[in-house]
Amino acid sequence: MSNGKEYTTLNLGPTHPAMHGIFQNVLTIDGEKIVDSEQTIGYIHRAFEKIAERRPYYQITTLTDRLNYCSAPINNIGWHMTMEKLLGVKTTRRIDYMRIILMELARITDHLICNSVIGVDSGALTGFVYVFQERERVYEIYEEVSGARLTTNMGRIGGFERDFSPAAIRKLRDFLNHLPKVLHEFEKLLLRNRIFMDRTINVGPITAEKALNYGFSGPNLRAAGVDLDIRVINPYSSYNDFDFIIPVGTNGDTYDRFCVRQEEIWQSLKIIRNALENLPAGNFHVNVPEFYLPPKEEVYSKMEALIWHFKIVMGETAVPAGEVYHSVEAANGELGFYLVSDGGRSPYRLHFRRPCFIYYQALPEMIRGGVLSDAILTMSSMNVIAGELDG
Amino acid sequence: MENTFLIENLRNHFEQDIFEMNTNTDMLTVTVSYPVIHDVIRYLKEDPALNFTFLTTLCGIHYPDRGLPLGVIYHLHNIYENQRIRIKTFVTLNEPKVPTITDLFAAANWMERETYDFYGIVFEGHPDLKRILNVEYLDFFPMRKEYPLEDPTREDKDDRYFGR
Amino acid sequence: MTTRDPKYNKVDPPEGYMAPGMFATFFNTVIGLARKNSIWPLPFATSCCGIEFMATMGAHYDLGRFGSERLSFSPRQADLLMVMGTIAKKMAPVVQQVYHQMAEPRWVIAVGACASSGGIFDTYSVLQGIDRIVPVDVYVPGCPPRPEQIIEGFMKVQELVGREPLRRRYSEEYKELLNHYGILK
Repeated sequence: MSNGKEYTTLNLGPTHPAMHGIFQNVLTIDGEKIVDSEQTIGYIHRAFEKIAERRPYYQITTLTDRLNYCSAPINNIGWHMTMEKLLGVKTTRRIDYMRIILMELARITDHLICNSVIGVDSGALTGFVYVFQERERVYEIYEEVSGARLTTNMGRIGGFERDFSPAAIRKLRDFLNHLPKVLHEFEKLLLRNRIFMDRTINVGPITAEKALNYGFSGPNLRAAGVDLDIRVINPYSSYNDFDFIIPVGTNGDTYDRFCVRQEEIWQSLKIIRNALENLPAGNFHVNVPEFYLPPKEEVYSKMEALIWHFKIVMGETAVPAGEVYHSVEAANGELGFYLVSDGGRSPYRLHFRRPCFIYYQALPEMIRGGVLSDAILTMSSMNVIAGELDG
Repeated sequence: MENTFLIENLRNHFEQDIFEMNTNTDMLTVTVSYPVIHDVIRYLKEDPALNFTFLTTLCGIHYPDRGLPLGVIYHLHNIYENQRIRIKTFVTLNEPKVPTITDLFAAANWMERETYDFYGIVFEGHPDLKRILNVEYLDFFPMRKEYPLEDPTREDKDDRYFGR
Repeated sequence: MTTRDPKYNKVDPPEGYMAPGMFATFFNTVIGLARKNSIWPLPFATSCCGIEFMATMGAHYDLGRFGSERLSFSPRQADLLMVMGTIAKKMAPVVQQVYHQMAEPRWVIAVGACASSGGIFDTYSVLQGIDRIVPVDVYVPGCPPRPEQIIEGFMKVQELVGREPLRRRYSEEYKELLNHYGILK
């Protein structure tokens, strides 16, 4: 270098224990201070958008599962809402409340992973193990509702495939009673821990204007001070019936992101409790004969149901041509689905607006000037999920 | 902000270059010609009455049967009044060049690289236009409609089981 | 409760000659027994199956009971390469490099449908199964497999490790296998 300094290039390569998912960071460092960095992604590019052009609409739910696989129900329900927007289907309040319960559960699990992994990266491994036990409880609830633990394929266009069973409601209540104790323990470990605060305050900061310019959304943006939440400015699925706070940080640093996510878990618990207590009576699905498979007893006995079943599975039901953009507040930010339909069996073009992909570009700015261990913490606090990053 | 106000405003400023304005879809969709796309987006971002300061997403699309087959679609969002707008622009296959908007929105950097990777649309003025998601030595643009989904060089798939 | 109590869960000793103060058996058996109860896995977790692996390592399903409490992220110190998740063609050279760096004896387990055969992603960018680039010992199907299935796959690897002949890694057959994958010794 012209000023006599020599910079080192460090490859924080695709397989590294501190990388949460596989992406590569090539860092240029001066001693331990980071001067610049460059990201290489695409190590798990599975071509979702191309696959979606070949699959009938109801099979795309399984693709959306694998976008942000830590909180699969949000992706599934977001896709169903996009289809309902295209078809002009209105859901009942019971379906909306059931969806809200599942989406908030998914948000809780995603934030639990992110926060406990921030702890792991700074050396505090205990919180992770406590918190993962709670994820097991949520997996049991998912199993009662949809049958699968992680990649849930939850719900159908027009509602759900089955109502919440009594076992599901009981497990939900048990979860709601149990989680606050574990969360308090987790917070006692980390939230006001001197070492944790020293390691995370003023680490990886970003200002609100820069964050908006970089297209941040979700907890990362709220930690920078902007109270933008799709559930509030554009309420979908009856979110306007619920009263919850949007936690907002000041600095946009790692500690703020940790605290914002922690507070969002508490707010989500409040929403779930509210929704469960006020769950309206009604049917668990609306009548969308072109997309909602009829019950098997009717398929084997009634002609109409048989014909609808055949048409749906063969993909010969009518879809209006047009384009629609719908977004939901996923655990990481605004997850959007831009769907262009030409009236055929599969979408003409389906584009996923993936929040991780968009805010990961800001990483070089956030870690410049910090040291290597700060960079690791910043990366883990941004909650980058590789499936959503590459898609 | 009403759609009519937006339509009036845009028509006054960019009369010759707007091809189509569609209000039948969920948000106002405007198709413009590609040389002015940067000015249109800058106007939408910086005008104090319009204030579309958030770039939601940027993607490409391919209509092989049209005269201008490759398209770029921008979604902008006015977060203060919750108003969205969709801007489309189309280019030919021989000269797929569109001005970049990375100077207006830093978020557009990787989104334009992704669009280049999938469709081959070259964004003029982009600081570092190279493939982002696919391998570097890939010599075609996979999302274009003429390319198949599966890997065509596989020899181990038995066509009898795949209905071909 | 002493170990002589009939309710204490004992494992049978391997075949051999027992006398007071001594137990004689084959080298193979003893070394296999030692190796199979202390496998150090390298969790090569790429996507959703990685999260199910995290659940398997957690307190509920606990892979640590099988002797693999110590995960090794460095290939030089690992015995078992657990590939969990989709491997794209961009990632394939990385998997090969990691496999090359592992010291013998090494085993590979392909967890999940994507690692076994490409899974639901039959696309131009996804490697249709890691057995195209590295030799695989056990395949665990599922999308994602339940932790119980991952543990069963792991137990199958333990069986393989316990029964492996000592000179297998020097045999002609094994060299053939490595040559087939282009892995030079």
